[in-house]
This record gives sequence, C-alpha cells and structure tokens, in this order.
Amino acid sequence: MTVPMSMLITSPIFVPLLTAVLATLAYRRPALQRAISFTGILALLACAVALVQFAIEGRPMAVSFGGWEAPFGIEFSVDRLGAIMVLLTALMGLAALVFQIGDPETSPAGEPSKPFVLPLLHGMLVGVGGAFVTADLFNMYVWFEVMLIGVLGLFAAGSRLDQLEAAFKYFVLNVAGTLLLVVAVGAVYAVTGQLNFTALSEAAAFLSPGMALLLLASLGVAFLVKAGAFPLFAWLPAAYHTLPGPVLALVAGLLTKVGVYALLRVFGDVFAPAPEAALGLALEALGWIAAATMLTGVLGAAYHWDMRRILGFHIISQIGYMLLGIALGTEAGNGGTLFYTAHHIIVKANLFFIAAIAWRMTGSYDLRKIGGLANARPLLAIVFAIPALSLVGIPPLSGFWAKLIVLRETLALGHVAWTVVALVVSFLTLYSMMKIWMEAFWKPHPDPSHPLEARGLAPAWCVTIGLALITVLIGLFPDTLAGYCLAAAAEIGGAR
Amino acid sequence: MIWVIALAVWTTLLVGARLAMSRDLFRVVVGLALISSGIVLMLFSSGRVSSAEPAVIAAGEKVLPATAANPLPQALVLTAIVIGFALICFAFILVVRVVRDAETDDAEDLRYAEPAPTHAVEPPASPEGCDPRHPLDEPRTGGHP
Repeated sequence: MTVPMSMLITSPIFVPLLTAVLATLAYRRPALQRAISFTGILALLACAVALVQFAIEGRPMAVSFGGWEAPFGIEFSVDRLGAIMVLLTALMGLAALVFQIGDPETSPAGEPSKPFVLPLLHGMLVGVGGAFVTADLFNMYVWFEVMLIGVLGLFAAGSRLDQLEAAFKYFVLNVAGTLLLVVAVGAVYAVTGQLNFTALSEAAAFLSPGMALLLLASLGVAFLVKAGAFPLFAWLPAAYHTLPGPVLALVAGLLTKVGVYALLRVFGDVFAPAPEAALGLALEALGWIAAATMLTGVLGAAYHWDMRRILGFHIISQIGYMLLGIALGTEAGNGGTLFYTAHHIIVKANLFFIAAIAWRMTGSYDLRKIGGLANARPLLAIVFAIPALSLVGIPPLSGFWAKLIVLRETLALGHVAWTVVALVVSFLTLYSMMKIWMEAFWKPHPDPSHPLEARGLAPAWCVTIGLALITVLIGLFPDTLAGYCLAAAAEIGGAR
Repeated sequence: MIWVIALAVWTTLLVGARLAMSRDLFRVVVGLALISSGIVLMLFSSGRVSSAEPAVIAAGEKVLPATAANPLPQALVLTAIVIGFALICFAFILVVRVVRDAETDDAEDLRYAEPAPTHAVEPPASPEGCDPRHPLDEPRTGGHP
C-alpha cells in the first residue's frame, strides 16, 4: 500500500520531470515530442484527480525521503489545498499544450519548430507541482528556483531581443525575491531549528511576538515578490507580454498563484499558531498591501492598449483579492482565497488564450491596430464575454461567487475600507474589459482589407470553449467548489 | 567566530548590493552572485557555528556524536550553492547575448520590452521587430533577426 501512495504523492514532480527528460531526448522529432508531452500531461491529470479524490476521502498522504522520518527528512504531504492546486496545474498544462498545436510562434508552419519549448514547459511544471506538495520550507525554495529556471528558458527560447531583455529583468528581480526567501528560511531555521511545516507550526506557538513578526515579515516579503504584489511586482509587466501566446497563458495562469499559495500556507497554516499580536499585525499589513495591489494593478491596466499588458496588469489586480482573503485570517477568508485562486487561474489563462486567438486573426495585440472581431467571429465575442465578465464579477459566473465569498467575510469582519477598494476595482476592471470589447470586437478593423482569418484554430477553439464552460459550470454550481475550498481551509486550520 | 562570519556576510552583501544597483548588466549579475554568496554564508551560520568536527556517523553507530558539527546547514548550503551557480551561469550567457544583440550593456538603454513613453497619456507601441511575427506579415522589413 505504501509504495503506490508514495508514488502518487511524488507524481506532481516525477511525472513532469520524466516527461521533460523524454521530450528533451526527442527534440529532433517534433511529433514524438508532442506525443510524449501529451502522455505526460494526461498522466499528471490522472494523478491529480486521484490526489483530489483521496484528499476528499481524508486519507493521510505524506511521504518522507531518504530513510529520515519527518521532521528530520524532507517530507511531501498533500491535503485538499495542495491537491486542487495540482489539479489546476495539470488542467492548465493540458490546455496550453492543446493550444500550442498550430501556434504560429512556438510551432510555425513550414519552419523548424522550437525544440525546447515543450521540455521547458514541463520543467516549469515540475517546480509548480513541487511547491504544491512539499511540506518543507527549504524544499519550497528549491521548487521556486526550478520554476524560475524553467520560465527563464521559455523567455529566452524565442530569442527576440525584447524576450532576452524580459528574461534579464525577470531574472534579476525574481532572484532578488528568492534570495530574500533564502534569508527568511535561514532565519526560520536559526530561530526554531525546524523546516518541516508540522514541526514549525508546533514551534510557532512558542515564539516571542517580536521574533514571530520578524519571521512572518521576511517570509511574507519574499513570497509577495513571487506573487507580484504591490510594490514588488515590477518584474511582471516588464516581462510577461513577450512570451508566446500559449506559454504566456500557462505562466500567467499559474506562476503568481504559487506565491499566493505559499503565502496562504505560511500565514494560514504553518504560522497560524504564532502569537496573536504578531500574526494580527502581519495580516493587517497584508490587507493594506492587498488593497494597494488591487488598485495599482487595475490602474496600470487602464493605461495600456496592448491586450497582453492589460491582462498582465489585471493579474496583479486580482492577486490583491486573493491576498485580501488571506489577510482576513479566518477560515472563510482562506477558503475564499482558494476559491478565488481556482476561478482566477481558469479565467485568466482563458483570457490570454482568447487574446492569442485575436492576435492570430487580426495580426496584432495592440488594440489601436485591430478590430472587427464581433462581426467576423461572433462566437469568439461570446467566448470572450464569459471570462471577461467573470473577471469583473458579474453573476452568475465564477468570479461573482469568488468576490462574494471574500468580500462578505471582509465586511463581516468590519474592514469597510478594503471592501470599498475591492468594489471600486471591480468597476475599473469592467472599464478595461469594455476597452478590449469596444476596440478588438466592436469597432471595424482599421485596415478594411485585413482578412480576419487564421488557419489551424480548431485546437485553440476547443481550449477556450472548454475553459469558458468550466467558468460557467463553477458559476452555476458554486457549491461543489466552495464546499471543497472551505473544507480545505478548515483542514489547514488557521482560524483565529 | 560568529562575529567574523557576520562581518563577512555584511561586507559581501554590501559590495554585492552596490554592484547589483549598477546600470551595467554584467555588474548586476556579479552583484547578485556576491549577494547570493553572502546569503549562503548566513544560511550556513543559521545552524550555529559550534564545532569543526565532521558530521560523520562512525561505523556501527546509529547517531551523530554530540560534539559533531550540525550537518543540516551544510546540506542546505550545498543545495543553495548549486542552484545559485546554475542561475548565475545562465545569467552570464544571457547577458552576453543581450549585449551582443542590443549592442549596449547599459540597462537604461534596454527599451525593447518596455519602450520609453513618448506621450503623456498614450502608451508607446512596441518597437519594430519586438512583437511576435504574424504569419501574414512576412516578409518583414527591418527588425531584429
């Protein structure tokens, strides 16, 4: 029994790692490479579904390595929170791989395709999966670095000058973030002598308030860099828009959310037993950071006219809502953050996929140079409207329930200022989505002779329609996901 | 001993920070490498600097002698060094490529992904050759290879 279970727990790392290695070996044969990629991602998806199923059943899922039991050895452990994040990772990976078929940037027709995009993509998923299953603080840092090197490779794989520049800026600012994380991990070890999550959470109750605040602040700042929170998000708008469509959607959907997950894990789970004075102050600060993140993100989006940049800034803005849920420090707040994260990953990736379709049909991402999509492809307009309105929070789509859970809890705890900011930001989000709608879909194309057609869009349609359906389904039946998320929040504890 | 290490950590960090804040791309990477070394030293001292006795379990024994050095920081430091080394190597190659293609090593002149604003309200368009090449656009004039 123990052997298959430990295999299953390590699958979020082992499966993409094996896929990455095999896909690298097959770099001369694009068809074989793609077949390996799909096999790998489907296997990951199957493992993720099993993990979620076992998590719901409440089976304990933990494994230690090297013959050293926890808290001495590195431990992996999967609960509801980790399991659903792995499932979302696998789902988005599958979406990106399907979308990548026929993508003119990463697999151009008639030219040699870019042989290292798929291996790097799986390499990045290794880091994402590892961060979600590990129960060791230093090990989490390692997975952040794996993620980082994978993304850097994806930036550099295009080898356009703007991509190289983006890779450099992304590298410098993110390495600063991970170095902060190492400092924080070192401080945690120096103070508590532990790195294992369970052991840390037992030790946290005995920390002095000052020391607890120091540890929470240093870990918090490091993960806020990774999450792209105010004022540490400069790496995101500097780089994201240079990635090719399908890769961008995957990266934008997943990576900042790993930072959010880490914050949720640290503030809501591991350090939840820390002295109330320290935790309360840290969460209060996080709440104001969340409000500032929402506002600056949405204002940045209002300025831009490039779809990728607009959506990029909206990631930052939405990160604010997720941080707000963590900042509340209650079970409902943590559950709301998880619901928001799940909804957001699907919606945000879908918006980037749709932007990529719009680019393939109109020839540019710049809203000033394109138009006419509503007439040429009414279906695309509908598929765009679903995630766009969901992002704004219009009922009955998934974003409405996500905002409802988080904001109801915010109001119930009496944080009126944060609620007002969140509602104002919703209106500004609507403004940005209207801008994309008016410019890309409603107005005629500035060049009337532009054909507004693209070949090989069938996989892209499948992905966007499929993700839009998931958004609608979450919206119509929110109880399933909300129940799971609240159970996950209850499982990690962290209620004050 | 711990004060010597503390002094070494701070010196390395300050020198690294000074270099990392430079506009010269190459110096930025050297600076980050130095900061990373300083932090590795800090991580090493997080397990207390107490003993120089190697953390080896003698044959036939089950546990470390109480006088041995703490092995965990050594494992952490090794991991951090390896990861840092790989990232810094990648960064140097990246810088060489950027400097070769952009023909500048000044971070202020890197305006391809983030073009400088030309108008008070309107954001600038992407520079030529810095957007994905659309299948309908070719052959493209100008731009970078």
